[in-house]
Amino acid sequence: MFNSDLLRREAIQGYLFILPWFIGFVVFTAGPLTAALGFSFTDWNGVSAMEFIGFENYIQLSQDSRFWQSLKVTLVFTFFYLILNIIIGFALALVMNQPVRGMRLFRTIYYLPAVLSGVAVAVLWAILFHREFGALNWLLGLVGIKRVGWLVSESWALPSIIIMELWRVGSTIIIFLAGLQGIPPELYEAAEVDGANRRWRLWSITIPLMSPSIFFVLIVGFINAMQVFTQAYIMTRGGPNYATFFYSMNLYQTTFRELRLGYASAQAGVLFVIIFLITLGIIWVSRYRVNYELV
Amino acid sequence: MAASTKTKGQDSFWSRRKRLRLQNHLLTYLVLVPGALLFLYPLLWMLSTSLKPKHQIFTYPIEWIPDTWMWSNYGEVFNQVPFWTYTVNTAVITVIGVVGTLFGSSLAAYGFARFRFPGRDALFLLMLSTMMVPIWVTLIPSFLMFRWFGWLNSYLPILVPAFFAQPFYTFLLRQFFMTVPIDLEDAARIDGANRLQIFLNIMLPLSRPALATAAIFAFFFYWNEFLLPLIYIQDQTKFPISVGISSFISEYRSDFALMMAASGMALAPPMIVFFLAQRYFIQGFVLSGVKG
Repeated sequence: MFNSDLLRREAIQGYLFILPWFIGFVVFTAGPLTAALGFSFTDWNGVSAMEFIGFENYIQLSQDSRFWQSLKVTLVFTFFYLILNIIIGFALALVMNQPVRGMRLFRTIYYLPAVLSGVAVAVLWAILFHREFGALNWLLGLVGIKRVGWLVSESWALPSIIIMELWRVGSTIIIFLAGLQGIPPELYEAAEVDGANRRWRLWSITIPLMSPSIFFVLIVGFINAMQVFTQAYIMTRGGPNYATFFYSMNLYQTTFRELRLGYASAQAGVLFVIIFLITLGIIWVSRYRVNYELV
Repeated sequence: MAASTKTKGQDSFWSRRKRLRLQNHLLTYLVLVPGALLFLYPLLWMLSTSLKPKHQIFTYPIEWIPDTWMWSNYGEVFNQVPFWTYTVNTAVITVIGVVGTLFGSSLAAYGFARFRFPGRDALFLLMLSTMMVPIWVTLIPSFLMFRWFGWLNSYLPILVPAFFAQPFYTFLLRQFFMTVPIDLEDAARIDGANRLQIFLNIMLPLSRPALATAAIFAFFFYWNEFLLPLIYIQDQTKFPISVGISSFISEYRSDFALMMAASGMALAPPMIVFFLAQRYFIQGFVLSGVKG
């Protein structure tokens, strides 16, 4: 009896501690999420009477070329950004795991851009990418590469934004370095005694043992990359010719320029479902591929 | 005879290792030095451009060293736009946002880390899964709700949610709380302290490094926040730096020096915080990432 009383008290106290989170969850997440689902079946501009139109928005969405373009841009960006971010981050972490002099300074320099983000960075890179007077074309000119249009070129605008985001690879390096330093050195010593060469050690020790870190970077990076907004809003406004028209740009335009709140809610709902399904897919694959045993 | 062969073999083995190591170091520098220059390049360009006189900005090839060092470009930003007001606004948002984040998230983190109650693990999973909800899904209903509250054109829609625990920070702090030995709390409980007292007087002081880490991440987040103020703030006198800069780039698009000076001033506080607190910044990634 005494014991169950104690347990009940502990439970009540526990609920009290997480109560602020739960209130916030209901008011700022679950409630709006439900409301958005409801809005997605309506035609509404936020002022006039709301009209229930069933699945009309979703049907319209499937035929909306602007929507498909925004989805394509976002998926292409996310795919290439994630792959390059993980490869470059991994390579740099391997190099930075070497015990050479001055490594603290190198790490500081590589991490620094990771803390810089938002509008100021977008402005800085917009000028850096400038076709005539930008420092990037100047640098390429030194090695004999002809001027690239970057943000004003339909084919280069999206790669430009990927390049800019890769500048902030520092956070990935930090996570990978922590993972590398968690690998017991005995494993490498044993492999060396067995005559394993470098490439073999990389594939059979380092990468399997790093899989939890890679998995983490993949999930977090994916969720963030699907929502990229500021860069396109500041640097290209989605152009040229919709080349950087991210999903979020389409949402912003539908919501705040065209005031089609019902239609925008349907778009937002689709984004949520896409993020949810792909994230679950990554988690599902990782259950077979990620090695948590030794970490 | 046998002995000498052995030493000789060992010698060449060690010198081979030494040579390999030297080769390794050389390769490391060969990658890291050019890479570091490349990473610094945009910032150097920003600094150089922000200090140039007008006529030197549109010269090609680029002249990196200004003829005259135009420190006045920075002052000019304050003349052209109310940059000082923007800075104060950003500071207000950032300070309250950081305090709110630490308040709500540490409470929830303690609840999840140290209590047993039915549904705890399910609720924790639910909290983590809300990280998948894109901000765009809740944006329209939230906007309507805040309009109904009469909160438009104020910082309340940005700041009030901060006090109700953010999943990322709650996760980070919970991970740390679980590593703190429970004996200290047990001792205080025997002395008759209640759980809130234990949380405030024992857990929080012991968790300073983790709180510092969470505070730094929240600082970067609120300092750079753009979408929410863009949507909720109409009054120019209430703009944070991010919205302020975005509203003046259309007007000053060709004035590179001014834009670079403004961007430089916006980026300086995060850089300073990074240099001062690099250790906590790195620890944050380690806490959140590796055991995640």
